[in-house]
Amino acid sequence: MNAVLGALADGSVVAKRNLIHIKRVPDLLIGTLISPIMFILLFAYVFGSAIPAPDGVNYREWLVPGIFAQTVIFGGTITGMGLATDMQKGIIDRFRSLPMAQPAVLIGRTSSDVVTNILTIAIMAATGLAVGWRIRTSIPEAVLGFALLLLFAYAVSWAMAYIGLLVRTPEAFQSLTFLTVFPVTFIANTFVPIDNFPTVLKVVADWNPVSSLVLATRELFGNVGPAGLVRAPEAWSLQHPVAYTLIWVALILLVFVPVASRQYKRATSR
Amino acid sequence: MKRYGKVTALAGVDLVVPQGTVLSLLGPNGAGKTTTVRILTTLLEPDEGSATVAGVDVLREPRQVRRRIGLSGQYAAVDEHLTGFENLDMVGRLYHLGRRRSRERARELLELFRLTEAGDRPAKTYSGGMRRRLDLAGALVAEPPVLFLDEPTTGLDPRSRMDMWDLLSQMVRGGTTLLLTTQYLEEAERLADDIAVIDHGRVIARGTADQLKDQVGGERIEVVVTEDAGVEAARAALQAIAVGEVVVERHSRRLVAPVSGGAACLVEALRRLDSAGVGILDAGLRRPTMDDVFLSLTGRPAEEDVEGGQGSPGAVPGGPPAQRRIDLDQDASTGMRR
Ligand SMILES: Nc1ncnc2c1ncn2[C@@H]1O[C@H](COP(=O)(O)OP(=O)(O)O)[C@@H](O)[C@H]1O
Ligand SMILES: [Mg+2]
Repeated sequence: MNAVLGALADGSVVAKRNLIHIKRVPDLLIGTLISPIMFILLFAYVFGSAIPAPDGVNYREWLVPGIFAQTVIFGGTITGMGLATDMQKGIIDRFRSLPMAQPAVLIGRTSSDVVTNILTIAIMAATGLAVGWRIRTSIPEAVLGFALLLLFAYAVSWAMAYIGLLVRTPEAFQSLTFLTVFPVTFIANTFVPIDNFPTVLKVVADWNPVSSLVLATRELFGNVGPAGLVRAPEAWSLQHPVAYTLIWVALILLVFVPVASRQYKRATSR
Repeated sequence: MKRYGKVTALAGVDLVVPQGTVLSLLGPNGAGKTTTVRILTTLLEPDEGSATVAGVDVLREPRQVRRRIGLSGQYAAVDEHLTGFENLDMVGRLYHLGRRRSRERARELLELFRLTEAGDRPAKTYSGGMRRRLDLAGALVAEPPVLFLDEPTTGLDPRSRMDMWDLLSQMVRGGTTLLLTTQYLEEAERLADDIAVIDHGRVIARGTADQLKDQVGGERIEVVVTEDAGVEAARAALQAIAVGEVVVERHSRRLVAPVSGGAACLVEALRRLDSAGVGILDAGLRRPTMDDVFLSLTGRPAEEDVEGGQGSPGAVPGGPPAQRRIDLDQDASTGMRR
């Protein structure tokens, strides 16, 4: 128990450092904020005019949860970016030579991502409200929706931590995540309904946890059409989107918390 | 012993550093200095061999070792976005000094390293020398009994280097056990009690600066005279102050005289040459550099060695079995095992 408390205390020291970064170098946060705002506006007004109301919902309202999901997933990459930078600058060596709890750097990093993501969601929610997005359910359901987004992003942070430690440079990390995270968030029900996807792509999209996350939040916020109008999904993953998303969260954490921690222990810059 | 794939970074490093002394690890790029420091500071596990620091086994109790050491790596590990104060405060908290003590200590160190004024500015506004000082301050936060500094002055301009030397000699007088790596013989000489010369992952010589220099031939005066006729007179003049045979290269009219006594000798030599009426094209005092040390120890210049030196005389394959031990001990009673 003492070890856990120690790790949390050290983790909070590291998290504080990362939050100072965000204050001093707001570019990163502004980047993660501006693009979703731009996405909301572009998709809402450019595609929105061409895409018929999916499941009988106003497209703009339907879209916002998808952008929430994409944005918090990108928010989870800040950890990897930061660790790759720390590797390159040799700061990880300094941390590793200190008598701090070993996983503290990873705990601190991943939890400061949660803080950034809360901030991002707040700003996106405001933008969403401005273009017509509404929460049409109860407060507990809405809270659950936000919690699910944050939880999924938290798991992504751990996966990104591993990748960041592995590639060691922010440039390599950036191109790698661009090549993976973008397709993963696009081949899903994030921006357009998947019913008309070509077969292979539809299977991928059906079982893509991003789809289940987006659908779950849509349902929890009430951004889906009335029961009669919504076509029932065939895939189990989309029939039980909350459960399926949680399974993925558990899987990602079970795999990446240990491998990222192991990679950290062996990490040496250059 | 440490291997990276085919490259053997460390093959035979066997060192004991008594408490309160300074050992300098001297070697060219790629010699294995950083690898040695990383193993001793628990950042890297050796493939073979063992090491103790302050009486604690590096492999068995890494966390106990980390409590007792301070490290300033080859590249300043300073967080650019934090201020100098925040950098040191964070390190203090991670050494578990507590909130109040961490702050106090951060201010003390900023003062000691002449960073008080810059202390509340983000470190990215610092010069190279200031960053280095901040990094070094980070190593001292917990007043560790054993300190590791990996090339603390590489990349600094001459003035900052002098500054750093002054700081380091102050620190050393405080009784810290220090392992310092460097590529400069002069630096090792100034700061260390003892020098271990390392090349291709192997300690190839060990001794005080004087002992090493004697091996190399110490300092010497080199003179180039203007006319062939002056060579003999110059030889006589130089021989009077030389501590060994004066070597003459007739075709280039160059004379080399081993001396001891530094600049005063040079002044004396010039005076004598002048009164002997010898015309001088060039004259200078030459101290042995690391290149000279290497030349005399290995018979080849200290070249940068990217591939781990397969094929060169000091290369490792087929070397003796490496069951090596390193003891870095602050407690002489338990530490000196031989
Ligand atoms: N991470 C690494 N991967 C592969 N080779 C390495 C690595 N680190 C060091 N080496 C090799 O090990 C040898 C010793 O390196 P190092 O200890 O950094 O030398 P020094 O600090 O004396 O310049 C060099 O040949 C270097 O190329
Ligand atoms: Mg080095």
